Amino acid sequence: MELQILLLFMIFAAIVAVQIEDLLSSVIAVGALGLGLSLAFLILKAPDLAITQLVVEILCLIILIRATINKDLPVIRDGRWFFNTASTLLFIILFLIFAYFALQELPRFGQPIMRVAQNYINQGLEKTGATNIVAAIILDFRGYDTLGEATVLFTAVMGVLAVMRRVGRKKSSSMV
Amino acid sequence: MSEYILCFALFCIGLYCVLRKRNIIKIIIGLGIIEYAVNLFFVLIGYRTHSRAPILAKGQSILNMVDPLPQALVLTSIVIGLAVTALIVAIAIRIYEKYGTFDITKIRRLKG
Repeated sequence: MELQILLLFMIFAAIVAVQIEDLLSSVIAVGALGLGLSLAFLILKAPDLAITQLVVEILCLIILIRATINKDLPVIRDGRWFFNTASTLLFIILFLIFAYFALQELPRFGQPIMRVAQNYINQGLEKTGATNIVAAIILDFRGYDTLGEATVLFTAVMGVLAVMRRVGRKKSSSMV
Repeated sequence: MSEYILCFALFCIGLYCVLRKRNIIKIIIGLGIIEYAVNLFFVLIGYRTHSRAPILAKGQSILNMVDPLPQALVLTSIVIGLAVTALIVAIAIRIYEKYGTFDITKIRRLKG
C-alpha cells in the first residue's frame, strides 16, 4: 500500500516538473521525484540501488541547476498546438497498446520468475565469497557488463570535456 | 498489478514532456523521468512479496529473496543515466552560449 502512495507522489512530482513554467522550480521537482524513487527502491528491498540513486540524484540536480541558473530565460510558449498534441497523443496511445499486450505476458506482481537468479542465490556465496548477491553479480558473474559500464562512463566524461573545453576554441566573434 | 500501471503512467508523463515541450531543459527532464520509470519497472518485476533484500547474513538461512539480477542491471543503468545527463546538459549549455536560447525552434543554423 505504501508503494502505491509513493508512486502517486512520484507521478505528482513528475507532473509538477513537466508543467511548471519556472525552470529552477522544475529542476527541484525532479529532485523530489528522484528522492521518491530512492525511497521506492528501499521499499522494494533494494538497498544498494537506494544509496546509488540518492547520490546520483544529488549530482544530477547539481548539473541541472548549473545549466539553468544565471540565465535570463523568456518563458517558452508551445507553438503549433494541434500538430504537437496530435503526434504526442499518437505516440502515447501506441505505447499504451504495446504496454497492454506486455502486461498479459508479465508475471504477477510479487511472484517473479527466478530461473537464473536462483542459481546466483544458491551458489553465490561459495563461488564468489560475497555476502551481497548484487555485488557478486555485478563484479563477478556479469563483470563484463561492469567493464562496459566503465567504458560508457569514460566516453561520456570525454564527451563532456570535449564539448565544454575553453582552450583551442575559436573566438566567439569569428564563430558568429 | 496497479504498481505496473502507475509505473506506465510515469513513463507516459515523461514521453509527453519529451514530445510536447520546446525547452531543451524540459526535454532533458523528460528523458530523466523516462529513465526513472524504466529503472523502477525493472525492480518491480524482480520484487517478491514477504521477502528480504539479497544480502546473506551469518547463521541465518534465508527462504525468500527478491530477484537480485534486475537490481544489478539497474545499478549499471543508473550510473550510465547520470553520465548521459551530464553529456546532454553540456551540449545544451554550449547551444545556449552559441544561440542565446533554449528554444528548439529558434535553433535553425543547421537547417541551411
